[in-house]
Amino acid sequence: MKKFTTFTGIAAPVPAINMNTDKIIPARFLKTIKRSGLGVSLFKDLRFDPDGSEKPDFVLNQAPFRDAAILLVGENFGCGSSREHAPWALLDFGIRCVIGPSFADIFYNNAFKNGLLLITLPQAEVDALMEDAGRGANARLTVDLENQRITRAGGAAIAFEIDPFRRHCLLNGLDDIGLTLAKADKIDAYEARQRVARPWLYG
Amino acid sequence: MPEPRTLFDKIWESHLVDERDDGVCLLYIDRHLVHEVTSPQAFDGLRAAGRKVRRPEAALAVADHNVPTTDRAKGIEEPESRLQVETLEKNCAEFGIRLFSMNDARQGIVHIIGPEQGLTQPGMTIVCGDSHTATHGAFGALAIGIGTSEVEHVLATQTLIQKRSRNMRINVVGAPAFGVAAKDLILAIIGRIGAAGGAGYVIEYAGPAVRALSMEGRMTMCNMSIEAGARAGLIAPDETTFEYVKGRPLAPEGEAWEKAVADWRTLPGDPGARYDTEVTLDAAEIAPQVTWGTSPEDVLPITGRVPDPADEADEGRRRAMERSLDYMGLAPGTPLREIKIDQVFIGSCTNARIEDLREAARVAKGRAVAAHVGAMVVPGSGLVKRQAEDEGLDAVFTDAGFEWREPGCSMCLAMNPDKLAPGERCASTSNRNFEGRQGPGGRTHLMSPAMAAAAAIAGRLADVRELV
Ligand code: SF4
Repeated sequence: MKKFTTFTGIAAPVPAINMNTDKIIPARFLKTIKRSGLGVSLFKDLRFDPDGSEKPDFVLNQAPFRDAAILLVGENFGCGSSREHAPWALLDFGIRCVIGPSFADIFYNNAFKNGLLLITLPQAEVDALMEDAGRGANARLTVDLENQRITRAGGAAIAFEIDPFRRHCLLNGLDDIGLTLAKADKIDAYEARQRVARPWLYG
Repeated sequence: MPEPRTLFDKIWESHLVDERDDGVCLLYIDRHLVHEVTSPQAFDGLRAAGRKVRRPEAALAVADHNVPTTDRAKGIEEPESRLQVETLEKNCAEFGIRLFSMNDARQGIVHIIGPEQGLTQPGMTIVCGDSHTATHGAFGALAIGIGTSEVEHVLATQTLIQKRSRNMRINVVGAPAFGVAAKDLILAIIGRIGAAGGAGYVIEYAGPAVRALSMEGRMTMCNMSIEAGARAGLIAPDETTFEYVKGRPLAPEGEAWEKAVADWRTLPGDPGARYDTEVTLDAAEIAPQVTWGTSPEDVLPITGRVPDPADEADEGRRRAMERSLDYMGLAPGTPLREIKIDQVFIGSCTNARIEDLREAARVAKGRAVAAHVGAMVVPGSGLVKRQAEDEGLDAVFTDAGFEWREPGCSMCLAMNPDKLAPGERCASTSNRNFEGRQGPGGRTHLMSPAMAAAAAIAGRLADVRELV
């Protein structure tokens, strides 16, 4: 997994609430057996007309935001299906960080497991960042995970909270499976206990 | 005296392998259901890292999302769908995982076949790379929907990294009125607490109206927990549960059965156990429900009217409502019963079990689908299909003008050829009315199987109570 430390990028506002994973990437694009190449289908039906032409009013089709690396989103972002294709599509498009007032559970887990940083901020602070984003290319944000700080274009900083373990894994690019396999003895011991206590689970 | 514990507390604590100082836990996973859409990248990851599947016998795989629901003798026409299904078959063979292939009589939607085979049992932890895994919570199992990285993690380690959720209890008191099904109860709950109302929680459904439900009704309720944003849904196991599990192919037998049931009886929450949140609804006040918008929380009794965004004070919600109504092609104030439909879909892991089909057939019997409506019934599994045929339900449906299909996810998410055309309006027994869910531009109204059958006959959204 790619390490995440600090980076600066353009932030695009996508303020809709309850943005579900079907909108982030519609089900018809889930037929891939690979993780890459999904960026072109990100927000497919919001970004493109059925004939494939761009919808000019969608933010990622507007000049500075085509290169967005950060999304500023509304409440309950990523609700719906458990498809990990949603974070894969965001990452493949070039998004490294999503900032919003709340995220759906499964999406939240999936994002971090792929190195996509999600930052939860109070609505008022998200609104302030969305206002900044109105200034387009001049509104670059710097996200500093080490110091848990977002620096706005004007230099003002916003602190954010994040689960320390998730932060540690992102900063070091650690892979969950490797970490868990290091505890194989504990898993063995659990299974040995359960085989006695609940043998029907091992029948 | 030990602290009284909830059902969730008990399952959680009996599956703890490790707990870090920050409260993040390693949870042992008893059963893993696998399907073709969310697993290929997980198996790839294992291969790339040279890792094995820790307990292949704890997994069961099935292809459901992509499979055609028409004649399967020709195989799968669409090359990408075919590749996904073939990849699942290859991966299962390579890693030693049991698979119900497309033409197996037991094939069906993953959340229907788990309970049907007796794989789903009380007190277990169950995962699947699918958000509707919550379905299995109906048995008093902690069933969690996971993403592909987590699928890979469970395959490799038989554990899942989880933070303990908060625990909400939803009490449904009273008895549902005539014509009100489990689907109506859960839709009304989602309408009440909202699409994010359960975020961070595991919900336990309790109360006399829940106790009175059959296992199938309980599955319908738990299935849609995710539509309320919850991590999982749970119902405490009881005699209804044990009776359902008993004798199924993967259920314990003989002495093991006795031992298991004795253990399962200890699972329900202790008197006085504390929940972080409690919600109470009166089933008697719930009328048959339909959704009008593009989130499952956009739900009203069938007797209602399309709401007016102008009445909504919160600006974010008002805009979401305007967008929903625009997408749905609906004008504020329209009586829901006047909304004309083009398609009817009776199926999905929410409502494609035998009782669902019986309910729909009861309404369809001796009637005809409206001339302008296309209607299909897609049984949840090959075994449900066979049972329905033994009971003559297929003939009831086909005589009324419904199509009778092969099992699979079908028009629940439109990954196979069953889709709505842009602008088409569908009365559907599935679980998501999101934009484009049943095909790009398609418009979905969620409801119970009996209500969907009534809509098919009326050619518009209809109140089933006027038909039965
Ligand atoms: S029927 Fe629908 S919700 Fe259920 S598993 Fe299939 S696609 Fe998912």
